[in-house]
Amino acid sequence: MNATPPAEADSPGRALVAPGQTPESVTREITAIPLARPQSRFWWIGFLVAFAGVMVLCGSVAWLLFRGVGVWGINVPVAWGFAIINFVWWIGIGHAGTFISAILLLLHQEWRTSINRFTEAMTLFAVACAGIYPLLHLGRPQFFYWLLPYPDTMGLWPQFRSPLVWDVFAVSTYATVSLVFWYVGLLPDLATMRDRAVGLGRRRLYGLLCLGWRGQGSHWHHYRKVYLLLAGLAAPLVVSVHSIVGMDFAIAILPGWHSALFPPYFVAGAIYSGFSMVLTLIIPLRSVYRLQGMITARHLDLMAKVMMAMGWIVTYGYFCEFFNAWRSGVIFDRYVAVNRVIGPYAGYFWALMLCNVAAPQLLWSARLRRCLPVLFGVALSVNLGMWIERYVIVVTSLHRDFLPSSWGMYHATFWDYSTLLGTLGLFAALLFLFIRFLPMISMTEMRALVTKSDPPTS
Amino acid sequence: MNRDVFGTLAAFPSEESYLAALRALGRAGYARIETFTPYPVEAEEEALPRPPSPVGWVMLAAASAGGGGAFLMQWYAARDYPLNVGGRPIDSWPSFIPVTFELTVLSAALAGVAALLWLSGLPRLDHPVFAEPDFARATSDRFFVCLLAGGGYSATAARDALLRLGPISVEEVFR
Repeated sequence: MNATPPAEADSPGRALVAPGQTPESVTREITAIPLARPQSRFWWIGFLVAFAGVMVLCGSVAWLLFRGVGVWGINVPVAWGFAIINFVWWIGIGHAGTFISAILLLLHQEWRTSINRFTEAMTLFAVACAGIYPLLHLGRPQFFYWLLPYPDTMGLWPQFRSPLVWDVFAVSTYATVSLVFWYVGLLPDLATMRDRAVGLGRRRLYGLLCLGWRGQGSHWHHYRKVYLLLAGLAAPLVVSVHSIVGMDFAIAILPGWHSALFPPYFVAGAIYSGFSMVLTLIIPLRSVYRLQGMITARHLDLMAKVMMAMGWIVTYGYFCEFFNAWRSGVIFDRYVAVNRVIGPYAGYFWALMLCNVAAPQLLWSARLRRCLPVLFGVALSVNLGMWIERYVIVVTSLHRDFLPSSWGMYHATFWDYSTLLGTLGLFAALLFLFIRFLPMISMTEMRALVTKSDPPTS
Repeated sequence: MNRDVFGTLAAFPSEESYLAALRALGRAGYARIETFTPYPVEAEEEALPRPPSPVGWVMLAAASAGGGGAFLMQWYAARDYPLNVGGRPIDSWPSFIPVTFELTVLSAALAGVAALLWLSGLPRLDHPVFAEPDFARATSDRFFVCLLAGGGYSATAARDALLRLGPISVEEVFR
């Protein structure tokens, strides 16, 4: 069951693994990164910058808790602001990880093998960043547990008909299942780390984390089935989570939000932004850690194509929003559409068109797609574009709804930006720690892949 | 027969030689075999058939319990604290589906991992096979076959049978 015919696999640029890789070289090269002492200068500088970001986050959250949500730019017509924009953006970024690890596994796409571990880690950290925002946005975060069904003395229940309560269940399930899926995938690799680590302390730490995994055949027998079933569960889960996030908007009666289009449009947007974030992270990392033998040009090419396909689905979503606004004949819907294009936030709308619709069209050219600076630039542009998209959806719909007497304007404050910067720092710091302590490519799956694609001649 | 023997462990350098060894042992009539490999070897199933893993059933049961429980909880909550929203029915079941789905998935996933650990006897940090000096490579690039003690096990016969298959090393391991 070889995905690439041998003739194709031989030519450079088409192969999923560089020629000459063996199970032994896979182990050696991948464990070398977390076991290296001391870490490279890249790691230290990167981690310190990211850690400064974490400090900014701590400071911003402390100030917010001290003064209240008024330090943000939210006001009465625009009560959602950055908190929801950033929540949706982060959780969308996470979706590519689950898409790559679960859906592509079920579709037998072997190219996911060398990137799934890293993208799953990205999912977890993005969800961690996302989860901060709704909690802070509660205003009284100490009462977050009121969102959970528990037997309370007030005799109250969460409102199970509200998408905001669905969100609590969707996001916490998503975080838990992603963590479990990631950890099960890590078990055999943690055992390899235990067997390769130098020093009793590290061996014990990895030995505890891998739960004493020893690669026993009867364990693999259950393991394979559980892993496949977890992938089967994660696949609909990833669709459900962003659909529910989409319904947070769609169930409101606000013009520009109240549309059946939102769930699929949000899922496509999530995978779009997730793939752009994967590319943003993988392009520099594979160069720094010399992983071009495992994350090949073909991987980048395939990811660029998936990103472009998702970009077109999202573009179709933009078209539908305008078409539906016009076709509905409702003046409020029509006004929101026009207000987006020429209203006070028109600059955001046109930046969105540039970043999300125009820039990715460069990737039609195979030559540009294989040019790393261009691909990296497009990925950054889509990251930015997807953030602006959420800004446009949240702010332009809220700031002018039905009654002109209740219209208003929204401007983000210093603390909005510092919190966003802080979560970027948290995300990066967690990724640096992940690279530092855990194997960022699944060695187990790579061994099976290199054995299959390069059988030893005996 | 020594009661403390776990079995005889032989190391093979590649998936091919390991599969050939498994098939040869199967033909020779050995049934009490365990393997230790750096990745799941798909072709192993035909050389060493195992009963189907029950984890799927465990996950199905947990999914039904979790999903059913979630739906009943919401149905109960809607009656325990009824909210009349524009005269719509109290049992508005379609809006209970998202939480039901999420808790179905959550229960199934957690039960699947618990079943994996339970059926594998993990966490277990010590094991007889770790005594084999080269066993650290079982998580990298060595394929181990173990003829387990019990039944008609004899250390010399097991050793001879394994040595005929061209292993890198043969070692008896003890509990």
